[in-house]
Amino acid sequence: MRSYLHKFLLILLFINVTAFASPEEDQKLFRDHFENRFPNTEFSDYKNGVYSIDASSREQWESIEDFPPYELNIDQGEELFNQPFKNGNTYATCFENSGIAVRQNYPYFDESTNQVMTLELAINNCRKRNGEKPLSYYKGGPMADISAYMAYTSRGNKFDVKIPNSQEALDAYEAGKKLYFTKVGQLNFSCADCHVYQTGSKLRADIPSPGIGHSTHFPAYRSGAGRLVTLHERFAGCLNRVRAKPFRAQNEEYRNLEYFISYMSNGLEINGPGSRK
Amino acid sequence: MSTIKLRAKESKGVVTVKAIIKHPMETGQRKNKKTGEKIPAHFIQQVICKANNDEVITINWGPAVSKNPYLTFAYMGSKGDMIDLTWEDNQGNKDSLQGEVK
Amino acid sequence: MNRRNFLKNSLMTAATITTFAGLIIKPKRLYAAWPKTSFGITDLNDSINSVYGHNNLSESSEVMLKAPDIAENGAIVPLNVKTKLKNVESIMIFVENNPQPLSSGYNLSSRSVPTVGTRIKMGNTSKVIAAVKSNGKIYTASKEVKVTIGGCGG
Repeated sequence: MRSYLHKFLLILLFINVTAFASPEEDQKLFRDHFENRFPNTEFSDYKNGVYSIDASSREQWESIEDFPPYELNIDQGEELFNQPFKNGNTYATCFENSGIAVRQNYPYFDESTNQVMTLELAINNCRKRNGEKPLSYYKGGPMADISAYMAYTSRGNKFDVKIPNSQEALDAYEAGKKLYFTKVGQLNFSCADCHVYQTGSKLRADIPSPGIGHSTHFPAYRSGAGRLVTLHERFAGCLNRVRAKPFRAQNEEYRNLEYFISYMSNGLEINGPGSRK
Repeated sequence: MSTIKLRAKESKGVVTVKAIIKHPMETGQRKNKKTGEKIPAHFIQQVICKANNDEVITINWGPAVSKNPYLTFAYMGSKGDMIDLTWEDNQGNKDSLQGEVK
Repeated sequence: MNRRNFLKNSLMTAATITTFAGLIIKPKRLYAAWPKTSFGITDLNDSINSVYGHNNLSESSEVMLKAPDIAENGAIVPLNVKTKLKNVESIMIFVENNPQPLSSGYNLSSRSVPTVGTRIKMGNTSKVIAAVKSNGKIYTASKEVKVTIGGCGG
């Protein structure tokens, strides 16, 4: 009975008929849902995604995390991060605290441009401002390496995503939320279908991970791909899987989506980069 | 930048060595999706580890070992031992790294 | 001549001389080339035969193979082999249903502690066999590792 009530409330979340759900209320509903579904999971463990809810895959994951392949990427990322641009500046000049331990500050709503700013977009903006070409968000490579390094220096810091008191910020949040709950593609799935309603059950041999904690551990070193995958590349991958046309990485839609899911993960520690299947 | 990340720790007279090596470990069976041609086999065949110039283990690998391969083994040794890990692949490439046992 | 060849040649020379003199001294470490033939064989029994020269294996509880029941992803399957047996010369890991069953071989030395680990690729559900050569005999432990098709791997 209680789970039906929750499902109903979550649907209301999507429909947003009245000023029923403020972001704070959404967050509470979201968390309550997962707490009910996984009563044995500590909140702080959600940063580990599916491994917080499945013991057998957790054991293999822990074995890999003992000496994970992404350590090579972190080293590479550190080297790239410290390499000056042609004009002599470095990434450190673009970020607070010289770019160290800042992952948890993204995404944030940039009130000067009325857009959500993500870390990877900020990395490319930094390059642009310094006369360098942008890096691709796909197929691993230097963007993923730098993003991995910056995540790594931020490990342990908690997400504290804020939604400023402006219509534009709220709209961005709501747009992200709406995409999360909208069924898309030939298979007609929404993010919520797998990561809220069906998390913990089986999708063929996969177990969809819970919807809180997703953005804490990206970029992810995916075993199958044998390389790092950025968050937006993963969004695109999911959309491809449900046979929907994906958006382009760092487009407004994905940035808003990242804003929503990161807000839902407030209080969870950054633990990127992470090993995943 | 070395292709090898090495960890060597001693406890109760046993040194446990762990390493990750950056390498594609290409089997030679995969096809290039665009051209349809097989991507040539490119994998580490041998890894040799020495402790204080004494060969401790010789590892023979086939292409079934995972990309960015991991290995671990142990030998009787001491803190301060100088480890030398060297790999060679089927295309004649090699690399090595030295490290002290902690 | 590089150091390794020099070492190999001097060991071979030493072995020849001492054998000739009627003494049998086992070199501490004899460098061996990569076993190309064994790595190319596609049948499990032939593969085992090519490594040992025979197929006499004895299952033993003294050999411990750690492998997952269901591999989370066939691209990275963590495996560990250890044994309580003494005088272990080598540890081999075979994957029955892989295109070439011999995945890897570990040639130990007198200083080795017989425990090894690696991560391998498995294409299909398969029996994984760890084979330990101790005092000339081959002891094994095996485990079936399931490899599945994911749903949202992407």
